[in-house]
Amino acid sequence: SGLMVSCVAVAQHVHTGDGQYPCRVSQVSQLAAALWLWAWYFLPFSSASVPQLTNSPTLIVMVGLPARGKTYISKKLTRYLNWIGFPTKVFNLGQYRRDAVQTYKNFEFFRQDNKEAMQIRKACASNALKDICIYFSKENGQVAVFDATNTTRERRVSIVSFAKEKGYKVFFVESICDDPDIIAQNITEVKVSSPDYVNCDKEEALADFLKRIECYKQTYVPLDDEKDRNLSYIKIFDVGSRYLVNRVQDHIQSRIVYYLMNIHVTPRSIYLTRHGESELNLLGRIGGDSGLSPRGHKYAASLGSFLKGQNIKDLKVWTSHMKRTIQTAEHLGVPYEQWKALNEIDAGVCEELTYEEIQEKHPEEFALRDQDKYRYRYPKGESYEDLVHRLEPVIMELERQENVLVVCHQAVMRCLLAYLLDKTSDELPYLKCPLHTVLRLTPVAYGCKMENIFLNVEAVNTHRERPVKQKGENGLKPSINVVNFLNLCLIPAIWGGGGGGGVACCHIVLS
Amino acid sequence: MRDHLLAVRSEKAPCQTTIAEAIMSSREVGPSNSASPRELTQNPLKKIWMPLPCKNGLPEKHISQRKVCMTNCPTLIVTVGLPARGKTYISKKLTRYLNWIGVPTREFNVGQYRRECVKIYKSFEFFRPDNEEGLKIRQQCASAALNDVRQYLADEGGQVAVFDATNTTRERRQTITAFAEQNGFKVFFVESVCEDPVVIAENIVQVKLGSPDYMNCNTEEAMEDFKKRIECYENSYETLDEVWDRHLSYIKIIDVGRRYLVNQVQDHIQSRIVYYLMNIHITPRSIYLCRHGESDLNVKGCIGGDSGLSPRGREFAKYLGKFIESQDISDLKVWTSQMKRTIQTAEAVSVPYEQWKALNEIDAGVCEEMMYEEIQQHYPLEFALRDQDKYRYRYPKGESYEDLVQRLEPVIMELERQENVLVICHQAVMRCLLAYFLDKTAEELPYLKCPLHTVLKLTPVAYGCKVESIFLNVDAVNTHRDRPENVNIHRTTEDALQTVPAHL
Repeated sequence: SGLMVSCVAVAQHVHTGDGQYPCRVSQVSQLAAALWLWAWYFLPFSSASVPQLTNSPTLIVMVGLPARGKTYISKKLTRYLNWIGFPTKVFNLGQYRRDAVQTYKNFEFFRQDNKEAMQIRKACASNALKDICIYFSKENGQVAVFDATNTTRERRVSIVSFAKEKGYKVFFVESICDDPDIIAQNITEVKVSSPDYVNCDKEEALADFLKRIECYKQTYVPLDDEKDRNLSYIKIFDVGSRYLVNRVQDHIQSRIVYYLMNIHVTPRSIYLTRHGESELNLLGRIGGDSGLSPRGHKYAASLGSFLKGQNIKDLKVWTSHMKRTIQTAEHLGVPYEQWKALNEIDAGVCEELTYEEIQEKHPEEFALRDQDKYRYRYPKGESYEDLVHRLEPVIMELERQENVLVVCHQAVMRCLLAYLLDKTSDELPYLKCPLHTVLRLTPVAYGCKMENIFLNVEAVNTHRERPVKQKGENGLKPSINVVNFLNLCLIPAIWGGGGGGGVACCHIVLS
Repeated sequence: MRDHLLAVRSEKAPCQTTIAEAIMSSREVGPSNSASPRELTQNPLKKIWMPLPCKNGLPEKHISQRKVCMTNCPTLIVTVGLPARGKTYISKKLTRYLNWIGVPTREFNVGQYRRECVKIYKSFEFFRPDNEEGLKIRQQCASAALNDVRQYLADEGGQVAVFDATNTTRERRQTITAFAEQNGFKVFFVESVCEDPVVIAENIVQVKLGSPDYMNCNTEEAMEDFKKRIECYENSYETLDEVWDRHLSYIKIIDVGRRYLVNQVQDHIQSRIVYYLMNIHITPRSIYLCRHGESDLNVKGCIGGDSGLSPRGREFAKYLGKFIESQDISDLKVWTSQMKRTIQTAEAVSVPYEQWKALNEIDAGVCEEMMYEEIQQHYPLEFALRDQDKYRYRYPKGESYEDLVQRLEPVIMELERQENVLVICHQAVMRCLLAYFLDKTAEELPYLKCPLHTVLKLTPVAYGCKVESIFLNVDAVNTHRDRPENVNIHRTTEDALQTVPAHL
């Protein structure tokens, strides 16, 4: 309470200062930022909406012959883990090899008896592990995915002892597949166009790659039921028709297993769109639960025609529980499912206000939001970070499904898009998701192809750009006086530079 | 290009210009030419937008609420395994979980049917493979159970049935698969394989010795007999095979969860079932549930809000700390919500704690921080609707208990993974968690008694949960409001406030 009193006192002092509004805001926000920083250092809690349930870093080790989907899985898993808030990075051994051996000649490099190549490959593995160390100890990484064949027991044993030494947990992901069609498809999709085969035609590349696989087959020892019974792993058979899971140690491994068991490679498209323009959109107000404007209805009708034209097989349509998405879906003439989880971000006390009104009534909140839009939580409302956690079951079900149209809202669509396009939490709140536009996302190779389709019905623009940081007066360099409280003590928080400091959760601080 | 134009327009002048333009251009647009979009109405109880019935009187089939079990096909879960492998434990636990998340589920235990048919159990001889009479009866019982399964899934609105029996022969499983196909049910097998004699002996002690079958035996006799019973099954046991059964959907649980084999998961509900089964364990532990200490708003009789502890609340927190210390719990995890009152309470327990937003109290929307008297005054209709169906009722701009359960599912999943945990939460949240552990229905859930300053210690035992209630001897207001007799929307204020507990 002493904290609150002095905060209010300072705020009042600042308010009655010169009438320069931006300066006032920045000073109060600096104070709030300083308080937040103080709180971050001294209070025993994390500011995320879900507790951070890992202690030791986790090393995920891929296992499998070439063209078994290891890199596909690595990248997808990494994208998912980053999105749900676990800093994760892929370390692809092929990349290290390409950096070491500038030009790839042919499969002979991978022959078991090619001693020189073996040395290089071992050195690359060693470098990758070193980089993993740095990622964990210096870059705050929590999960590293070691993407390589790791097909011999010897190699795996050395990785396990490396991890044990450093205190990392190890989780193996093995992909086993003997279906020649799937393998051929993989090679065509991602190998033929790899930098290794930049000067070859398709047939040459295919033939060489198949010989490459043969090189590994001779020494391939899959994870064994008996010998490896003390390791933690998941074995994926035939692109997911069967799984063997052994010794899941903790929360993150359990989540990884659940995710891997829900993804598939069947071709499909995901359509994302916002509801049609709403009455509140027209008034420039955020949130609320209004109906569609006439243009919004027009858009919804166009959306219906567009979908019919696309001739999509077995399309599922999802909406939120809010009137505007449901009204939009009503025009489509197909069954739809309502998800509460798809509701727009709750703006709490700012619901149904215009940005001008927010600036007027809650200027410090408005500033804090601009400083860290991802983590900022509206008083009595939510943050983008909260949204991501709310949307995780939607993502999981999107992974399970095939063709889906999601009719949602601006902040929600940004979160879903960030997941599908691997955007950082920094970029996420500023992704452009205009009204009356359908985004069609089709998984291709290791990523997602995106088509942007504007359905030719005008609408207001609801996008607020990231504000530009002014040098000098808005620089984050406050000197807060040391104030003594009965039980607490405030330390001067001086930090330099205009870096995007993580400032958020003002109401938690005041608590 | 369009986006850029729109952006440019709005940058030049604030919203006004854009609005004016928008309104003008929206006047230019003709009326929607699609006569098909239906008018929406908001259901007053759940605050869900639904289309009004079609003009020709047909009920709308177009929309559905996101439920867990989105398949039209009901699912038949079939357990497989020798006796004392945890099949009934898994069946009951899974049933409890599925019902809690809103999937109507029921278990059908063939052993129960057998006990009703053969009133008195003599000995293991009943289960000998060469006991023709025994075999006949057992077959009849299985058929009777399957019949009830069909009735439950096809006629009574059940979505999942758990067929709990040994089902150790391929022949038996083929019969069941055929039965399911005939009736349009999906089948998912759950096999439990375990050869650890210690685990098996422990199972027998925990649940078999106390079974009605062994009412008149002493421990050694019962043990002996049961072991011979298992042997009767062992010879004909055909485990689910990787090759032979590759088209079946199943999970094989090996050694109480050390290993899992998962094959051909067909849909969402099976995926959830697999995830759940892979997260549960049987290591002995206790879960402590309590509310925050009495808060300032509690004292005033107000709901919701984010106030701090009252002096009595602070005292409770101190006693809670002492109590936890005295319990000498190994590796206790403490969880709180992100609301001030639970965090203040946790501060007194000198163990690091983790905050979960999912543990926040139910959002009362427009009724936040009101007293019941004020709710009755300003929103008498809402107040009555809430009493009519407290589980499904959603506060305007707020949540329902049903929403809470969905929000709490990840908490439950993590509670299953963990061992000793103390959860400091709120009244509605605690009711939801308690309903999960004690298998309470949606009707009972919102009226479970969760008084302030009382710790509930839950310890899994046999097929259920032992509950110890420990009142920490610090007085507090009562915040429990029973369902009043009159829930009619036209009731008097007096009737509405009949059961409101006393406050300042």
